[in-house]
Amino acid sequence: MRMTPVLSRLAWRYLWRNHRRTIIMLSAIAVGSWAMIFMTALSRGMVDQMIRDGISVLPGHVQVHDPEFLNDPSVANRITIPDRELAASFDTAGFRAWASRVKVPAVVSSERESRGVTLLGIDPAAEREFSFVSYDDVEGRFLEGPGDNGVVIGRKLADKLETDVGKRIVLMSQDPNNEIADRGFRVVGLFEASMPSFEESYVFVGKTTAQKMLRIGDATTEIVFLGDDYRDVEPTYERVIAAVDSGLDVRRWHEIDTYLGTMLRVMDGFVLIWVIVIFLALSFGLVNTLVMAVFERVREIGLMLALGMKPTSILAQILIESMLLLATGLVIGDVLAVLTIQPLQDGIDISVVAEGMEMMGASSVLYPKLYLNDVVLANVVVLILGFLASLSPAWRASRYEPVEAITKVG
Amino acid sequence: MNIVLRLAWRNLWRQPRRTWLTTGAMVFSNTLLVFMISLQFGMYELMIDNTLQVFTGHMQVQAPGYKDDQKMRQSVPEILPLAARLREDFGLDTIAARGWAFGLASSDERSYGIGIFGVEPDYEPGVSSIPGLVNEGRFLESHDETGIVIGAVLARNLRVGIGDELTLLGSGRDGSFAAAVVDVVGIFESGIPDIDRNFAEMPLGLFQDVFYMDGAGHQVVVSAATIDAAELLAPRVAASLPADSELVVHDWDALQPGLKQAIQADMSSAFFMYGILVILVAFSVLNTQLMSVLERTHEFGIVMSLGLRPGRLGRLVMLETALMGLMGFVIGAITGTIFTTWFTVNGLSIPGMEEMAAMFNLPARIYPEATFGTAIAGPLIVYAFTLLAAVYPALRLHRLHPVEAMRVI
Repeated sequence: MRMTPVLSRLAWRYLWRNHRRTIIMLSAIAVGSWAMIFMTALSRGMVDQMIRDGISVLPGHVQVHDPEFLNDPSVANRITIPDRELAASFDTAGFRAWASRVKVPAVVSSERESRGVTLLGIDPAAEREFSFVSYDDVEGRFLEGPGDNGVVIGRKLADKLETDVGKRIVLMSQDPNNEIADRGFRVVGLFEASMPSFEESYVFVGKTTAQKMLRIGDATTEIVFLGDDYRDVEPTYERVIAAVDSGLDVRRWHEIDTYLGTMLRVMDGFVLIWVIVIFLALSFGLVNTLVMAVFERVREIGLMLALGMKPTSILAQILIESMLLLATGLVIGDVLAVLTIQPLQDGIDISVVAEGMEMMGASSVLYPKLYLNDVVLANVVVLILGFLASLSPAWRASRYEPVEAITKVG
Repeated sequence: MNIVLRLAWRNLWRQPRRTWLTTGAMVFSNTLLVFMISLQFGMYELMIDNTLQVFTGHMQVQAPGYKDDQKMRQSVPEILPLAARLREDFGLDTIAARGWAFGLASSDERSYGIGIFGVEPDYEPGVSSIPGLVNEGRFLESHDETGIVIGAVLARNLRVGIGDELTLLGSGRDGSFAAAVVDVVGIFESGIPDIDRNFAEMPLGLFQDVFYMDGAGHQVVVSAATIDAAELLAPRVAASLPADSELVVHDWDALQPGLKQAIQADMSSAFFMYGILVILVAFSVLNTQLMSVLERTHEFGIVMSLGLRPGRLGRLVMLETALMGLMGFVIGAITGTIFTTWFTVNGLSIPGMEEMAAMFNLPARIYPEATFGTAIAGPLIVYAFTLLAAVYPALRLHRLHPVEAMRVI
């Protein structure tokens, strides 16, 4: 250990003795680590956005339904606890936001067309934080309260139904006894969403209006909760479990939208595989460089050994050389990555493939997301694997027989 | 063997470890490229086939504007005679007429909004996989007067089985109220929940009666033997449509624009990754060849002072690189093909990927297949970059002065 400063200095100088080779290797490491981080940031950004969009329609990090509801989304499977009781138990538990809503499949008809939609009966004040619709950007107006008699639909749906603000449409669903429940609504607002399919599939009406139309009293079909971070829903989940009646079904978002949940897990795996693949491609060059570096100075190594330097010091010196090379390359790559990602923060427009992205569930603007965790992972993996890959050349260097090494002709 | 070739070959093996390491980098990248490219293109093909064979077919004849708006009145008049004529003109059975409407389906206990297709029972199996997926009851027959086939999830949600009645409510082509009572004769299960939950099929004749179509429909679906054949067929179908009609032919790409774009998006990210791999290999080669040139400065000085021109030495270095690259190419392409073939036999499944696969109509287990094209595309590019990387070391030789070079030890 006492020797480390000397060995490090020696290693650093050795690196620059053949500066061309070192520069080429540094470029390779820098390009590799840049690619690791850049690609990871792009993919993370895409998945993040997908999940945010996805959760915003679900919405809520934790949801509560009647146990039968997800298989059979009918008002027959409703939650009968009135809001007053819910509020009593939830408001004290300190959730970031929660709301109860009526969500049922319905058919919407104009005088021209019919379409299938999901009807959302909401209390607009309670859902401001969840909603994928920004209330202020709605053409016309958004719902004003749970008793609002109007309906807010997506712009795309309005086009297909050939309707507009001020015109009337009919919503049809079923009541708990399977009688057709229908009601005419005046369109009061048109919303736009990041994903065109959202605009076609959701219509918003007031919660109490929906309850009246469906003849379900003050019952709802789902209760949604917002936590602080979608990646870590456990604290919210635990609290919801503790607060609600055990007869209800409590689920995390990734249990409801398994595609998005899978996406998140697959991403984590992808990042690791990508980092390892790049490292492997680099490792051949790294080992090659070390082998050359050792080969060039066999006689020096022999001399040092003959003068009494311990083999472990030779081993340490080569390893330090390798680590210095990797660390310098990584730093350059990291800086490059940050510099190239920074100007892209405002989003990369990929609307040429918008419909394709929508098929994957992603929107057409890509926001790269640089996570410290990913950067650390990339760097640590490269350093650890680089260390392991350097062991063999370093070991061989330290095993030279001094006399043979000195007399070797280079 | 040519003397220069022999010289180049021997030079390579002066440092066997270095040569193997550099070749190793190529073999690694090539193996990975062969596997990834085979997997990727195999998946694209599956994705396209599986998606198109559900409903879309290779092309459709529609009224103008129908593709984007799908409004009831954007219809194709006299659709059955048109489909029959097209079948006859092109000698193809895989052409079928359809109508599409939205409606509320009610059983005794439940009501759900669904998409309802009116189909030609005799020809629908030629353009869609749905008839073949009926695993309970039977598919429609042309004499069915009140039959309907529904998805398995829908059947479960509506709590109906074979022989049960459904009431359909919707609006007809003229906007009037449409209603019918139909009997469930079959239940299909595609395994894709969205399809099994949201669709039903009934005979086109019945559909036309219920929705006041007056002989019209919405799409004539045409499938060709292959995607490539479809490309040739599309303009011929377009040309055979009556000149005075406004009907248009949309190919699958126009009908499912997301499909090609999803593939493009996936390809561009894949190509970025491949590019990085190739660049890293090029760096490795550059390093090796530069070192091998610098090592031989003394030796090169001597042969140059004996009259050898730097250009010939440069060619020698390029030849060495070409030989090394060739080894990487051949070994990499072979290992890559073997690696891929292992998965061709055993299949590739990534745990937890089922949902993602289903999203793109892919099976949970994929059998990638290396073709000649996918086996050499990646290695060829690696080879090109290998040669490119050796250009700088080879050109450096021109700067060598024989006398100075000889002094270098």
